[in-house]
Amino acid sequence: MNVSRRGFFKVCAAGMTGSSLATMGFAPTAALAEVRQYKLAHATETRSICPYCSVSCGTLVYSMGDKSKNAKARIFHIEGDPDNPVNRGSLCPKGAGLLDMVHSPLRLTHPEVREPGSNEWKRISWDEAFDRIAKHMKADRDANFIEKNEAGLTVNRWNTFGFLASSAASNEPGYLTHKVLRGLGAVAFDTQARI
Amino acid sequence: MTNHWVDIKNADLVLIMGGNAAEAHICGFKWVQEAKQGRKARLVVVDPRFTRSAAVSDYYAPIRAGSDIAFLSGVIHYLLENDKIQHEYVKTHTNAPFLINPDFGFEDGLFSGYNADKRNYDKSTWSYQMGEDGYARVDPTLQDPNCVFQLMKKHFARYDADTVSRITGTPKDAFLKVCGMIAECSAPDRTMTILYALGWTQHSVGSQNIRTMAMIQLLLGNMGMAGGGINALRGHANVQGITDMCLFGESLPGYLHEPTDAEPTLESFIAKRTPKMLRPGQMNYWSNYSKFFVSLLKAFYGPNATAGNSFGYDWLPKQDTAYDVLAMFERMHQGRMNGFACQGFNPLASVANKAKVSAALSKLKYLVVIDPLATDTSEFWKNHGELNKVDPAQIQTEVFRLPAALFAEHEGSFTNSSRVIQWHWKSADGPGETREDTEILGQLFTRLRAMYASEGGAFPEQLMKLHWPYRIATHPSAEELAREISGYAVSDLADASGKVTVKAGEQVAGFAVLRADGSTACGNWLYSGMWSQAGNLTARRDNSDPTGLGQSLNWGFAWPANRRILYNRASCDANGKPWDPSRNLIHWNGKAWGGNDVPDMRPNAAPEEGVGAFIMTGEGVARLFAPGMVEGPFPEHYEPFETPLGKNPMHPDVPAVASNPAARVYQGDMELFGKADEFPYVATTYRLAEHFHFWTKTSKINAILQPEHFVEISEELAAEKGIRKGDVVTVRSNRGHIKAVAVVTRRIPVLTVEGRKIHTVGIPLHYGFKGETKPGYITNTLTPFVGDANSQTPEYKAFLVDIEKA
Repeated sequence: MNVSRRGFFKVCAAGMTGSSLATMGFAPTAALAEVRQYKLAHATETRSICPYCSVSCGTLVYSMGDKSKNAKARIFHIEGDPDNPVNRGSLCPKGAGLLDMVHSPLRLTHPEVREPGSNEWKRISWDEAFDRIAKHMKADRDANFIEKNEAGLTVNRWNTFGFLASSAASNEPGYLTHKVLRGLGAVAFDTQARI
Repeated sequence: MTNHWVDIKNADLVLIMGGNAAEAHICGFKWVQEAKQGRKARLVVVDPRFTRSAAVSDYYAPIRAGSDIAFLSGVIHYLLENDKIQHEYVKTHTNAPFLINPDFGFEDGLFSGYNADKRNYDKSTWSYQMGEDGYARVDPTLQDPNCVFQLMKKHFARYDADTVSRITGTPKDAFLKVCGMIAECSAPDRTMTILYALGWTQHSVGSQNIRTMAMIQLLLGNMGMAGGGINALRGHANVQGITDMCLFGESLPGYLHEPTDAEPTLESFIAKRTPKMLRPGQMNYWSNYSKFFVSLLKAFYGPNATAGNSFGYDWLPKQDTAYDVLAMFERMHQGRMNGFACQGFNPLASVANKAKVSAALSKLKYLVVIDPLATDTSEFWKNHGELNKVDPAQIQTEVFRLPAALFAEHEGSFTNSSRVIQWHWKSADGPGETREDTEILGQLFTRLRAMYASEGGAFPEQLMKLHWPYRIATHPSAEELAREISGYAVSDLADASGKVTVKAGEQVAGFAVLRADGSTACGNWLYSGMWSQAGNLTARRDNSDPTGLGQSLNWGFAWPANRRILYNRASCDANGKPWDPSRNLIHWNGKAWGGNDVPDMRPNAAPEEGVGAFIMTGEGVARLFAPGMVEGPFPEHYEPFETPLGKNPMHPDVPAVASNPAARVYQGDMELFGKADEFPYVATTYRLAEHFHFWTKTSKINAILQPEHFVEISEELAAEKGIRKGDVVTVRSNRGHIKAVAVVTRRIPVLTVEGRKIHTVGIPLHYGFKGETKPGYITNTLTPFVGDANSQTPEYKAFLVDIEKA
């Protein structure tokens, strides 16, 4: 019989449940003695891509929670996607550690500000963060916007604000970043791709 | 990559130089192993270090960091001298027969037209001879002394094996052995693939390193072939995509130019940017420039962009000067910038000369860090002892730190090094209050726009006219953006007979239908077709490979036009027959081009029409002579800015050409270049198999695998300096110092260059003061603030240091 690896897990899980139920005779106490099921069997599997190098290996991301409105999904396992024609299921020592980056203690969890001269971070709300940053940017742009150059030609640029764009972002936020920057008149920006 | 990861298996010879795929691109490297097993291919590695790629190679040749052009120029000389080139290919597909302006010349390390004050060239003599018919003149016999082929022969004749060995430190026999293996691939049915990475780009001559190799591939007839090509193994999972979206001040998405002050009107811009056809009957595909550009303006400005207002051309800012990362930090350092944002970018750790970067950031009024992780940059103001010695009280920059989602926490598309765009889906929300990049941008932009609407300010029109059709204005979705990038019809599109082929609002099938009259909108013409009326093609997951060449045409979507191997027309001779029928990519079947890839050719262009394979050039052929380069149409060896020799051995009496004469160096940085008497060792930075840049130092398992910063030196240098393995050493450049553990190995060859012994110090880059790894110094404390003359990629791969026991 030809059973795929994922199919195999399903069969195993079903078989184990079935056999333990049968052995225990459906007794209510049996549930306590039941062999713990494989987590992968009832996890949600999502196809993703390793964010490290440009091999961009296909990954399968396993999370608990069925994506219903009130269920908060939590990622607990990441492995290579066997269907991906490039990595064919494998991951390297970097990619194999992806879960530890997802749950790194160095993940940022809320907006913060470090005020001039201060020696510490201060937690702020998103609302406050956006408002304060937008005020900085507007004051800067209003003060330094160049509508015409010395020759009197229209140039409409703002070059006292710079932006370094991520090469880890997807194409869509990358494009949006470009569009927003031009929409503000920005000319001073670059990306990790340069270096 | 012109080719793709799986295609590496089709090679007969794999050359890894300027990269270390076995450690930096591990899962891609498996295709090298596949080539070795499946095709009996050989692997050759040329590197200053005996890397893990070298460890599994068939042949390894050492080389001094920063001398690649001398090595590769020597290969060109060998191929020409021994007549190991694919003649038919060179005649058909390159500009070897083109006649060059007789005033073009090369003397004392400089090409004609050099301006020493400006450190740049007047390129007017780097040009073709033009005939009365308005086209470039050619000599198909390749005999004219001014034809590219003859000029090339003369230029490279100076790079004989002895000279190469003297400059590179590669033993002569090793060099000749590599030449011999490469030369075998001049046979039409043998191909070499070259895999390179930042070991080539991160030099003041980076672009010319790559170009020299491209010339070799053209001479061998390997461009466009399965198992051939020029393959840049790029950095991040979507560095290719972000490059294509052109997050560069000087560009617009799809490698269009950002207008400059010199192009005040749309007409002047289009006239300047649309190239002229240089040989009759060529596709000269950039002649469609206006279609791509106007469609981009329609994507940016929507209904506000009309023919009457030049499609909003005035709203686009005009570029006055360079704003690459080095230029921006220079401006910041001069106090000419107020605000800065770092999105998934850690410049304190990843930009050259940390002291300068830190001083520059300290002059800002506000800094916004958007990142999933706590980066070193976000705490540049914080005292981390000797690792980051600053006084927070003296730093007046207001720093915001915004938590962003990671890859598994949002959906969208990534473009791999093979140009294949693949969709990824969201698995879970990020921790705490994490938000997606698209929402962070959406929130900021909509707030700014509201402020301009209510308060007014500088040129509010620029913000107001931006097309913002997103269902949730504060959070554009990946799907909406992908559709906009791919492009749609703004009004009905009719064919020549008047029949409507695409209705208003429909997604376009590809860039071929884009128009310059405002009837189409497209955010990035190269990506056009990724989301057609057939849906999201980047989400396709059919991995079937009917011919076994590994093309998998129905997996994701490759730009351009789902083509997997660029220049594949060149895999055939002038008559449209494959050079190697056993690796048939495309061929002419009598009526049309077709086969196992999307033809890189007009499908109905019969071979007798003579339409060239390199459709993006006005010549229709590839350029062995390339006037587009900043420092010369042919490559020349120049020393790194920090040279252990103190002169260019090709021109020992001309100090002005010791290093790249056209590279930009800022005042203050030139003075900080170290000299060999004080800093006698060549340093080069690199990645480890267990770490990725500065991210994985935040991950437990990677921190366990490679816990602490180290530097690698040879046993011989260790003995000379009294360093034992495990000792803490201080590595010093003229810009600062780091301390790390000494790893003493036989993997670092000691080379003889110009009769002197040259030692190399290898320095991994992954450490810093924030992370799960043991806190360490930032490697880029040491590196020089100078970039490649063409791309401004900093010279991280060859600089001078001293080392001693701490």
